[in-house]
Amino acid sequence: MESWRAQPAVFWAFVLPGALWLLLFFLVPLGLIWILAFGERVGPVQIDITWTMANYLAVFDPVYVGLFWRSVWVATIATCIALVMGLPVALAVSFAPDRVKPILLLLVILPFWTNILIRTYAMIAVLRTRGFVNFGLEYLWLLGKAFLLPFGLDEVVMGERFEPLTLLYNNTAVIFGIVYVYLPFMVLPLYATLDRLDRSLLEASLDLGAGQIRTFFSIIVPLAKPGIISGIILVFIPALGTFLISDLLGGTDSLLIGNVIERQFKAANHWPLGSAMSFVLLYITFAILALRAWLTSREEARARA
Amino acid sequence: MLGRSPVGPLEYTRRLWLRLWLLAVFVFLYAPIVILVVFSFNDSRRNIVWQGFTTDYYVRAAENASLIEAFGNSLIIAFVSTILSTIIGALLALGLWRFRFPGRAALDGAAALPIVIPEICMGVALLVFFNRVGFPTGMPWPLNLAPIVIGHVAFSFPFVAVVVRARMIGFDRSLEEASKDLGASEWQTFWNVTVPYMKPGLIAGGLLAMTLSLDDFVITFFTSGPGTLTFPVQVYSMVRFGATPEVNAASTVLIVVTVLLTVIAVRWQRPDKEVAKLG
Repeated sequence: MESWRAQPAVFWAFVLPGALWLLLFFLVPLGLIWILAFGERVGPVQIDITWTMANYLAVFDPVYVGLFWRSVWVATIATCIALVMGLPVALAVSFAPDRVKPILLLLVILPFWTNILIRTYAMIAVLRTRGFVNFGLEYLWLLGKAFLLPFGLDEVVMGERFEPLTLLYNNTAVIFGIVYVYLPFMVLPLYATLDRLDRSLLEASLDLGAGQIRTFFSIIVPLAKPGIISGIILVFIPALGTFLISDLLGGTDSLLIGNVIERQFKAANHWPLGSAMSFVLLYITFAILALRAWLTSREEARARA
Repeated sequence: MLGRSPVGPLEYTRRLWLRLWLLAVFVFLYAPIVILVVFSFNDSRRNIVWQGFTTDYYVRAAENASLIEAFGNSLIIAFVSTILSTIIGALLALGLWRFRFPGRAALDGAAALPIVIPEICMGVALLVFFNRVGFPTGMPWPLNLAPIVIGHVAFSFPFVAVVVRARMIGFDRSLEEASKDLGASEWQTFWNVTVPYMKPGLIAGGLLAMTLSLDDFVITFFTSGPGTLTFPVQVYSMVRFGATPEVNAASTVLIVVTVLLTVIAVRWQRPDKEVAKLG
């Protein structure tokens, strides 16, 4: 690395466009809503900045606290499901023979090339009352009924008619949608760490008599920890702020914080409250990132000691 | 394949349960999209059970003038945003990689922020920004797309910077010094030594920027002016109105276009061959 004074012209040509874009179209807009969060609405479009704390206090209204709480647990459940689903996939891809590895990797990345709105929309036809999950269940139900018919048990066990499950427009649908949309975000960092794993450690563990399951939990999981943490963050943060998935797949009782923020800026037209909520969401994000930084530094300190 | 030799302890892909797991996850990832594509040919307005094959809804989507305009606009936005993000991101990566300067850590950290913060925060911030600074609205096409392009570049170029910087880690600075010793100017060195080395990073970063732009809904939703038609926002209002095969047809076209563009971009410049040539 050289000092910027050595070639100021080159330095400015490299750094200025990015720095300016970041300042003008990212930091200034964020600064604006930070200030707006201390404003008071005095007319339909008129907002006076009075440095009031009323908007932040409003966020601590039980209704909104409940909303944040629901967003956190929906995101947590979705992240856990994605981790459990994604870890074996990442393991299989990183230990796959060289011939099939690029194909499997492509299959994981390919959904990214489909717009998130289209992927969420595709979920509706799968989950609705007359959707494909229910069609599949109805088919199984008919099979079961046909099987039980000779014993005269069909009416008793299976009921008179198939009752489709309500899968759409509730929290389950939102969790399902989040897992569906963000699963590749979980698999890719996991794959990146597992692929660099020193395989001789696994062989040593197996040679010394540990079973596959013990090797998985005592060797693979601890070594894959950085990837697991990255994957959790990459799924959890967008899941926490989602508004499209809960908007299309959720019902009236599964609104998330993202939907309420969107409403403040569009239909409800209460920008100061929406800004305060956005910043609470940002502060939660920063807290999570700080937690990760702290965990990483602690880990490194332990490795050095 | 299973019968040929005993499964080795680390040959996880040859274990039955993992194969079934992989299959299940890929069915989960792809079945909804395949169903969406298949049902774009369904001859049924309600589109719940299969009624028969038709391409009517493609014709109807093609005759939908606002949908076509929205589609064109989204492709233009993706194109301009990809070019701008690649240039700005690559330059920033070079600056951070090459120079020591006061505020370097702060710039580095700030440039990572658009990657990590929830999209909705950035979306509403840009909405407020364009409204408060009195960004001209109702401008003639294609200038009315400017706010959306600005937003897309703002969240894409940090990704490009990360990718290009990862590429530059392996770069030997003595190549640049040799070039300058041999009489090349700063510009010639940049263009003939640094850029060719960066190329795989530029292509990967550009592809990523294009994917991010075409994949985006939230930023587009918040930065579209009232009279500006974009594909995601148009499809969003169609979905809210009702799930018809027309939405499926329009979505299928976007999926095909995105996949085609990516395949062409990958084919057009094979990163591996470039590296081999340099090495």
